[in-house]
Amino acid sequence: MIASATTFAFFCFAIALLMNLWKVVSADQTADRILALDTMFINAIALMVLYGIAAGTGIFFEAAMIIAMLGFVSTVAYTRFILRGNIIE
Amino acid sequence: MSLFLIAALPFLGAVFPALLIRAGRNAAASSAGFTTLLAFIGLMLHAPAVLRGEVIQASVDWLPGLGLNANFFLDGLGFLFATLILGIGLLIIIYARFYLTREDPMGQFYSYLLLFQGAMVGIVLSDNILMLLVFWELTSLSSFLLIGYWKHLPEGRQGARMALAVTGSGGLAMIGGMLILGNIAGSYDLTVILQHKEAIQASPLYLPALILILLGAFTKSAQFPFHFWLPHAMAAPTPVSAYLHSATMVKAGLFLMARMWPVLAGTPEWFYIVATTGLVTMVLGAVIALFKDDLKALLAFSTVSHLGLITMLLGFGTKIAAVAAVFHIINHATFKAALFMSAGIVDHEAHTRDIKRLGGLRHLMPITFTIVIIASLSMAGIPPLNGFLSKEMMLEEAYHTTWLGSHWVIPGLAVLAAVFSAAYSFRYIAHVFLGPKRDDYPTTPHDPPAGLWLAPAFLVLLVIFIGLNSNGVAGPLVSAAANAVIGDDLPYYSLKLWHGVTPALYMSAIAVIGGLLFLSQHKRLEAFWNALPRPEAKVIFEALVNGLVRAARAGSDALHNGAISRYAAIMIVFTTGLTYAAFRTGTLAAPTRSVQEAGVLPVIGWICLVVATLAVVMKHRNRLLALVLIGVVGLVVSLSFNYLSAPDLALTQISVEVVTIVLMLLALNFMPKDTPVETPLGKRLRDITISIFAGLGSGGLIYALMTRDFAAAPISEYHLANSYKGGGGTNVVNVILVDFRGFDTFGEIIVLGIAALVIFALTEAILGSRVRARLLNRKPDMPRAGDAHPLMMVVATRVMMPLALMVAAFIFFRGHNLPGGGFIAGLIAAIAVIMQYMASGFAWASERQRFFFHGIIGSGVLIAAATGMGAWFNGLPFLTSAFGYIDWPLLEEFEWATAALFDLGVFLAVVGAVMLALESLARFAWQPGMETEHAMDINPARDDVAEDEKEA
Repeated sequence: MIASATTFAFFCFAIALLMNLWKVVSADQTADRILALDTMFINAIALMVLYGIAAGTGIFFEAAMIIAMLGFVSTVAYTRFILRGNIIE
Repeated sequence: MSLFLIAALPFLGAVFPALLIRAGRNAAASSAGFTTLLAFIGLMLHAPAVLRGEVIQASVDWLPGLGLNANFFLDGLGFLFATLILGIGLLIIIYARFYLTREDPMGQFYSYLLLFQGAMVGIVLSDNILMLLVFWELTSLSSFLLIGYWKHLPEGRQGARMALAVTGSGGLAMIGGMLILGNIAGSYDLTVILQHKEAIQASPLYLPALILILLGAFTKSAQFPFHFWLPHAMAAPTPVSAYLHSATMVKAGLFLMARMWPVLAGTPEWFYIVATTGLVTMVLGAVIALFKDDLKALLAFSTVSHLGLITMLLGFGTKIAAVAAVFHIINHATFKAALFMSAGIVDHEAHTRDIKRLGGLRHLMPITFTIVIIASLSMAGIPPLNGFLSKEMMLEEAYHTTWLGSHWVIPGLAVLAAVFSAAYSFRYIAHVFLGPKRDDYPTTPHDPPAGLWLAPAFLVLLVIFIGLNSNGVAGPLVSAAANAVIGDDLPYYSLKLWHGVTPALYMSAIAVIGGLLFLSQHKRLEAFWNALPRPEAKVIFEALVNGLVRAARAGSDALHNGAISRYAAIMIVFTTGLTYAAFRTGTLAAPTRSVQEAGVLPVIGWICLVVATLAVVMKHRNRLLALVLIGVVGLVVSLSFNYLSAPDLALTQISVEVVTIVLMLLALNFMPKDTPVETPLGKRLRDITISIFAGLGSGGLIYALMTRDFAAAPISEYHLANSYKGGGGTNVVNVILVDFRGFDTFGEIIVLGIAALVIFALTEAILGSRVRARLLNRKPDMPRAGDAHPLMMVVATRVMMPLALMVAAFIFFRGHNLPGGGFIAGLIAAIAVIMQYMASGFAWASERQRFFFHGIIGSGVLIAAATGMGAWFNGLPFLTSAFGYIDWPLLEEFEWATAALFDLGVFLAVVGAVMLALESLARFAWQPGMETEHAMDINPARDDVAEDEKEA
């Protein structure tokens, strides 16, 4: 049951990742690209956690946690750059 | 006294004058004098043994693997030279104290002088030729400092540069020659090499080695055609000239030829190269010296001539000639040092050393006149002075030597040189001191204080004593030194004034009469000489150097034009070509590993990577976009690290990614947002082709590598097996970082700290310049929108801060056994702080920053170093780790490891370095005093709130 559920989830998030990628590469606005990149980070967290569940190990948990905790910093940096030019004012 | 101490004393003593100059010039001079005196006494303690023919040795293995041992030995030859160096050095120190003026930095002078003295003593005492080479180069460097001592004089600087260029390149050649010699003999120890005469002379490499070594000796001893640097070095203060050009520096080349004489001499090659060069130099120097009006230039060319004389004697290759050479080294040192010093006195008192402006000084300077007349007559070869003795021996030897079958070439030219030599010696006396007293000297000269004339007076006494009682005064020294040069069986010679009516006596008489004749006709000869076309050595030298500089520039500019695309192209083409060549010539074993099946997830990751990479290439002109796309690459790389079982790398990659993006965006703020098209299409096509080939090549290489087992067993097995046993940790990556390769990590954190400090220093330098004003008045190139400090972000980051620091602590502590460690923890902590800078502003954050980042870096490096040094106290090598277990009551078994302390150092260094670099870049945009409007300026202590309430 868990195995088929993780496989299904893998497919969903993998497709989501590709769709995000499409937006990162082709969006009109830079803001859209940044948002798509941020979503990619979130999908990556999901993939890591899923991978941990599938493999039955907790070793990927920290990586997922750090992406969750720090991944947004680069998104903030990009957006601050667009809005203010200077990211540390 | 140990030979080590004798050689080391001048170097140790070089510190004192530089320090003691604050206590006055006498203190500086006497500290230099006492050091030299001490070394001289130490040397003299060995005198009885050395004069008995014993060889004193002292050796320590230094780098035996390289054949570089700190071996010293003292034989007669070394003793003779060391006596000259230290003895005349002592006289020069006294003389210089009174010669230099108040404006001259005397501490510096004595420090340079002692450095030079130490290098010279090192040369003459070295038993190991590699060590000798080191000292040899040291003399070139320290003499550069001495010759250029008067930095304000362009002649001084040019002369110093020329001397360094000529003697330095000679030294380079000599290194080659010495290495060949050591290779033939199978040892780099002189005492061993000197035993292998047959092997060396039979070797096909004898001639190259000989030429290379002679290049070193000839450049140092100013032999034709390298003689030109010596007169230009006369721009130095006179004590330097007296020291370098009478007894030491230029004699180093002669010393080397004498030292190598037992193994190199005696062949036709040696005779024709060395004797001919010496002969030409002797004649040329003597002729030019006669027509120089500058007293020091006259003495310089006379030195060149006398060096040629000694070189020629060594070149003859006969034993008796070598004895004469050794004897003349002593005599020349005594009279020439005295003459240089007296020339300095004349210059010092009359403020000119132009012979044309001098004359009649005998009435004004009787003491100096006495000194000069004795020394000059010795130089001219007048009995009963010491110069006569060795010159007679030279003429006698020259008379018996045939050159290319001719009996007349060498004696004829030797007499010619002797004639000119006598002429310029007489000229020094006649044109400077004799003649009518003049009233147009720049200042009216008189005899100097005793401090200046005592040293030359002592030397002149030696000139007389050696002349009158040569066997008693110089005999033992000459025989000991000659013994060392030519071996045990000294030929019969006698150091005496009267040898009967010999050909040499006739030649001497011709020289004296001819000299007087030439002097009387000096005006006519000079007019004739001035009408002759002559090549100007300095012009040729400068042209040569400029040509070389141009050639070097052309070469380096072609490779190094400042465009990174060119460097990358050169490097990539080279490595690709190299790999291709290896692929074509080597053999590639069949694949031993099967290709694994690709799952869906890796394929999707691969698609992301490829698409993002291609997109970066397409969109690279929009720099912000390129950064966003690079974010995708970073994400996929960290995902694949996880997938490929490298969680440590994944953690590092994620945090490094964040820091990099922040750094790049900070920098991009000051740069154009688009990369302009700067290169023509053809060039870009070329670069595209290169990069495609390189990419395909490295891809293929990696594929080939991964489908095969390694040729040699990888080291990872060892690490896996020993990580827990030896390092006390189950996380092998971390144990490698802090234990197995702890020394590398230690070096890396130092480099990291240095890099951050350099960024800081560059920022300081730029902000201290006029750029600062432009930065402050800079108009943003994009419209600005939104708040500077959005409330939501401020709140979120402040809530995140303790959480992130907690995670950092967690990652740090588990690092030894599970993925994590100081490096990752440091990055996380740094990002936690950067968040505050970004959200609440630079001013707010730096106000609350209590510890300087420099200090954090420093403490990190120091903690790591202290941990490493802790192992010393247990008698173990640096950075040996220890670990153990403690049972805490009520808690689990607790492991302690010194590696954790080391990791703390890594953590602090990383935090400090990352923060210092980012803060420095952020300061470019920061304007001091800029109000932060929307930062949540709430004081956590809430003092103001309490005060508000009180007021209410």
